[in-house]
Amino acid sequence: MKLPPYAELLGLSVEPGADAPVLVMPFSGDVVGRPGFLHGGAIGGLLEMAAVGALLQALDAEGRAKVKPVNVTVDYMRGGREKETRAKGTVTRLGNRVANVSAVVWQDEEDRPIAAARMNFLIVR
Amino acid sequence: MSQPSDPAAPPRFDPRAFFALRFPNHGSRLGVAHRDHGEDWSELELPWRADLVGQEETGVLASGPILALMDMASSVAVWLKVGKFLPHATLDLRIDYLRPGRTGQTVIGRCECYRLTRSIAFVRGQAHDGDPADPLAHVAGTFMAAEGYW
Repeated sequence: MKLPPYAELLGLSVEPGADAPVLVMPFSGDVVGRPGFLHGGAIGGLLEMAAVGALLQALDAEGRAKVKPVNVTVDYMRGGREKETRAKGTVTRLGNRVANVSAVVWQDEEDRPIAAARMNFLIVR
Repeated sequence: MSQPSDPAAPPRFDPRAFFALRFPNHGSRLGVAHRDHGEDWSELELPWRADLVGQEETGVLASGPILALMDMASSVAVWLKVGKFLPHATLDLRIDYLRPGRTGQTVIGRCECYRLTRSIAFVRGQAHDGDPADPLAHVAGTFMAAEGYW
């Protein structure tokens, strides 16, 4: 997965996965909101990138399809603390023109997410 | 005769001063700045920058910085309606990406807090890059103050 400039700003690195890559965001002052907590925008941006990563991996077998985000809904469940953060997307449905993708972001345990997102994408083949 | 000011009353929230402080955080890293505000709305700007791009071939901004801009504009709108700064958390934020931003154009995000209850604030807003009648994103969200907004 080739990361865009915005992912570099967040400091992201990629851990390959069988179904989808895991994106890792180190803690830094660049992703802080109010003191002691991650910024909701940085969390949302990370979730979107994880969703795109999962979708591109699912589409990889099909060549150079492009994806356009139509919308995102983010649920913030716990405050993000000053530590490393991971995110992973899941393609719920891959259609010809539309994909439904979810993503979760966590810090300590994957089953205790700090936030989750649902996204709809338009697929341009 | 003017009334003496109440020393116990907290100062009104001033977004201009808030953004002028430029805390070293995600917002200042993105370059988000204050533009305008009213009693229950705020307008912030996100100047286009190469390191915020999501698609290198086109130069279109990533959606993440726009989400961050709208999260901040929403939060500021709530503090304006409440009349003071207080810690609160985004419960949910929904964004429709109506069209891509134009390369090189500053994105302007305007949000209003259209309903405030003791524990929940409801917000909505739009982002555009020059013409408010041609928005590029639409947002709806809710915030929660653990100790209550009043």
